[in-house]
Amino acid sequence: MSAKSGLNRRHFLAVATSVAGAAGVVMIAVPFVMSFKPNAKAQALGAPVQVDISKLEVGALVRVMWRGKPVWVVRRSPEMLQRLKGRDAKLEDPRSEKFPDQQPAYAQNETRSIRPEILVVLGVCTHLGCAPIERFDIAPVDLGPDWVGGFYCPCHGSKFDLAGRVYAGFPAPSNLAIPPYRFITENLILVGDDTGAGS
Amino acid sequence: MNARRDAITDETTLMSKTADKLSELVDWIDVRFPMTKMLKEHATEYYAAKNFNVLYVFGALAMVVLVIQLVTGIFLTMSYKPDAEKAFASVEYIMRDVEWGWLIRYMHSTGASFFFIVVYIHMFRGMMYGSYKNPRELLWIIGMLIYVCLMAEGFLGYLLPWGQMSYWGAQVIVSLFGAVPGIGEGLVEWIRGDYFISDITLNRFFALHVAAVPLALIMLVVMHILALHETGSLNPDGIEIKEHKGPDGIPLDGIAFHPYYTVKDLVAMIVFFAAFSGVVFFAPEMGGYFLEHANFEPANPLKTPEHIAPVWYYTPFYAILRAVPSKGFGAFLMAMALILLFFLPWLDRCKVKSIRYRGWTFKLALTVFAVSFVCLGYLGMQPAVEPYVTITRIFTILYFSFFLFMPIYTRFEKTRPVPERVTYDQ
Repeated sequence: MSAKSGLNRRHFLAVATSVAGAAGVVMIAVPFVMSFKPNAKAQALGAPVQVDISKLEVGALVRVMWRGKPVWVVRRSPEMLQRLKGRDAKLEDPRSEKFPDQQPAYAQNETRSIRPEILVVLGVCTHLGCAPIERFDIAPVDLGPDWVGGFYCPCHGSKFDLAGRVYAGFPAPSNLAIPPYRFITENLILVGDDTGAGS
Repeated sequence: MNARRDAITDETTLMSKTADKLSELVDWIDVRFPMTKMLKEHATEYYAAKNFNVLYVFGALAMVVLVIQLVTGIFLTMSYKPDAEKAFASVEYIMRDVEWGWLIRYMHSTGASFFFIVVYIHMFRGMMYGSYKNPRELLWIIGMLIYVCLMAEGFLGYLLPWGQMSYWGAQVIVSLFGAVPGIGEGLVEWIRGDYFISDITLNRFFALHVAAVPLALIMLVVMHILALHETGSLNPDGIEIKEHKGPDGIPLDGIAFHPYYTVKDLVAMIVFFAAFSGVVFFAPEMGGYFLEHANFEPANPLKTPEHIAPVWYYTPFYAILRAVPSKGFGAFLMAMALILLFFLPWLDRCKVKSIRYRGWTFKLALTVFAVSFVCLGYLGMQPAVEPYVTITRIFTILYFSFFLFMPIYTRFEKTRPVPERVTYDQ
């Protein structure tokens, strides 16, 4: 065997060993990276929750927790629904078309809900995850004469209307998210599961 | 008389005998570990320019703060519980029930802010005197990595007391990763390990804060010092003292780091500890700047504090994030504000290093940069309303102008002649 071929063989073995070693490092990294994902217990705690709205008054809001996030259920009055109309020009995405994933298909309408009067929405600002505040008062001093009721995020000033649609020109990029939900009965909502809902 | 002389002689022999024993021990070690060699290389025969000014003590002070943080941190770990149910109460327990626990915790929380004060001055010193320039680019990059690690360490540690600001600050910063195109939401869930900031998140942040990041920090600090001692320290005149060596091979303008600079660093340490103790004992919250008031309330996932602001050392970047009305672009600019600093050695095309001999364009640009950084820091603490939003946008543009136009204004800079030897007239 010549010295050159010996070197080639040695070089080949060194490269082959390095490649095999690198592949091993990648493979052993997988379990460590995957261990960071939500675990079985966290997933189980993320199960759907029921909301009884039989005692929810007109114009009132009830909060429930789902996956550690606040879900708001609002029973909107006919006047509140009326005030959703005719303000499209001021809204970033009035028909909820820009971000189709922000709501299930059955909530992609003007009221962003299954039943017009019942709003089910995630109370998490789409900017950086703060919790907006419900401000159903009309034309308060701090929000200006143009305010017809809605949600206001105190962190960075984003404004949403009574259907959780974001006003244009504020940091929040999209409308508030509508979680998957369905009505089990007239007054019982299941948040987090929409099997057989809508259409 | 004779007896006395004998006594003195006896004592001298005894002392020289002890000295012999000691040097024997040193020899014994030196055969097995390069102790004397390292001491010479990094202290007694490491030559630094004789014209250092007061700004050159902040590197040593950063090491002092690192030691404070490591020691106090280890002791806090002994009483703290990384559990969403117990974390807030365990901090109160440290404050009230653990002997001297309040002092150890206040030293740690004050140390965090002092770390950034010291590091910001240290970095600005580097920018003034061109310490990042050839051949010290890698030294600068290692330093920047230390800075990034420090920011991560501060952020991870801030979740641990599990107060309202801990919780919502983490919520805001973690959701920034949602702006990464394509994998955003999955990435955020992966970081949190849950669908929201929960016990799982707290537990892993604790592990990263007390083990992973400090290890990385210590390794980077060692690399930073090795890189510094390879190239040699620069000086306020921005000239290489190695270019003028005496017949003994020692730079003519150099003095040994030990004892000449260790003794000066000691004076700086005394002043530092006076200021540090002042804050620890008289104003540990520093009016809400070092420990935010909202954090004295336990974390509540259902209630956002009225006004979320990070601790002061992040606010310049936070202001840039908020200046942009788009989440994706805001997060991008915020990242760029940090990333551009890494490229400083290549953006700056001027051959002259020290601001003493550089033209008015750089002096103006550096002033604008410093003013913008401080003002953005202030604006990042204010609510996102007018006129703050507009002012923030102006300073954001000025901040980025410093970097983006740097290759132009530094290339055509009118510099003054640089002296051959360091200026030193005391």
